[in-house]
Amino acid sequence: MDFAGAYAPAHLKFLLQGFLVTLEVAFISIVLSFIFGIVIGVIRYTKIPVLSQLLAVLVETIRNLPLLLIIFFTYFALPEVGLKLDKLYAAISALVIFESAMLSEIVRSGLQSIDKGQIEAARSSGLTYGQTLWYIILPQALRRMVPPIVSQFISLLKDTSLAIVISLPELMNHAQIINGRNVNFVIPIFILVAFMYFIVNYSLSLVSRRLEYRQR
Amino acid sequence: MLRFSILVEHWDLYMQGFGHTIKASVLALIGSLALGTIIAIFRIAPIRPLNWIGTAYVEFIRNIPLVLIVFVFFMGLPAVGIRFDSFTAGTLGLMVYTAAFIAEAIRSGIQAVPKGQMEAARSSGLTYLQAMRYVILPQAVKIVIPPLGNQFINLVKNSSVLGVIAGLDLMYYGDLISSKTFVTFDVYIFVALFYLVLTIPLSLGVGYLERRLLKAR
Repeated sequence: MDFAGAYAPAHLKFLLQGFLVTLEVAFISIVLSFIFGIVIGVIRYTKIPVLSQLLAVLVETIRNLPLLLIIFFTYFALPEVGLKLDKLYAAISALVIFESAMLSEIVRSGLQSIDKGQIEAARSSGLTYGQTLWYIILPQALRRMVPPIVSQFISLLKDTSLAIVISLPELMNHAQIINGRNVNFVIPIFILVAFMYFIVNYSLSLVSRRLEYRQR
Repeated sequence: MLRFSILVEHWDLYMQGFGHTIKASVLALIGSLALGTIIAIFRIAPIRPLNWIGTAYVEFIRNIPLVLIVFVFFMGLPAVGIRFDSFTAGTLGLMVYTAAFIAEAIRSGIQAVPKGQMEAARSSGLTYLQAMRYVILPQAVKIVIPPLGNQFINLVKNSSVLGVIAGLDLMYYGDLISSKTFVTFDVYIFVALFYLVLTIPLSLGVGYLERRLLKAR
């Protein structure tokens, strides 16, 4: 094992560049998935006919597929039907497709956890259904959703490493490039990379726990 | 329109991958149930140093990517002379990763049993281990089964990382078939269907168990 060689400044810089791509992809994906997740979750909660059933089938299908398969699909299979995405967009679209389905379930169960009496009270004080949803139900549900959404973000951050199959230049990919140079780098690099993921994810999980605690 | 001829012509290859995916998932499930139970016991046992080891394992493993763990078995350990074939490395990686989640499911199940149960059992003369074995665990099992089911679904999906290290699973064979036929779209749709054949019944089963458990309370 060659710790000194593995942690050469050039390697550290290279890993950091990879980590920035990881964080960037994770951040863009979570923002987009959050928006789609809320839209899908609300549609399924309000049970808009046809659309709601259609989305139910779609969400269940996606949730039951491996993310890796979806990444393969957006990068390798979509060009065959004329939709060519570069690595970054293929990875982000795959993550957004998968995570939107996951988040929509969090949103839906968050909405359903709000007492029905709230709707009845709001409606009988003259609010329309849309207003009730926007001003009464969503704000309360969103607060309850924060901890599971943070956990989902942790999963997403870990899952960006799957984009190594399409050699997106993220952290795992850069780690593997360094590992390819010398077999003695492998273990030191894996230790460092593990800690990079761990520090960010563990901090997030502490935040999520704190939020959960405060709500009680 | 999907070219079903691809599915028919390469049925054997699909089946090989499907078999390995099931095999890896089941082996990793058995392994991670055993390892996860030990970690859960470490976390709740009234012995401080064991608690620390259990917590460190769960927190560390849960916060790093599965791909990294699989790579450690596939490339990291061989660098110090411990070698596995790709299927074994992938399955071991899956086991180590899933054990952390299973340990958490078991721990929270055990801790969901009211404290008074343990106190009552202890004061009626049972030792700590007897109280665990005869009073706490039988009640915890019911609570733990649905989350364990969810972990198994995740395990089946996660087994696709074997594809990253050529671990002979469905993803690997999908890759193989698409490089033979120069077709990707249809090949991966069929791969997806094979995964759904496994995961959808499991999801329905877990949902059913969850609802029944909710009613039983």
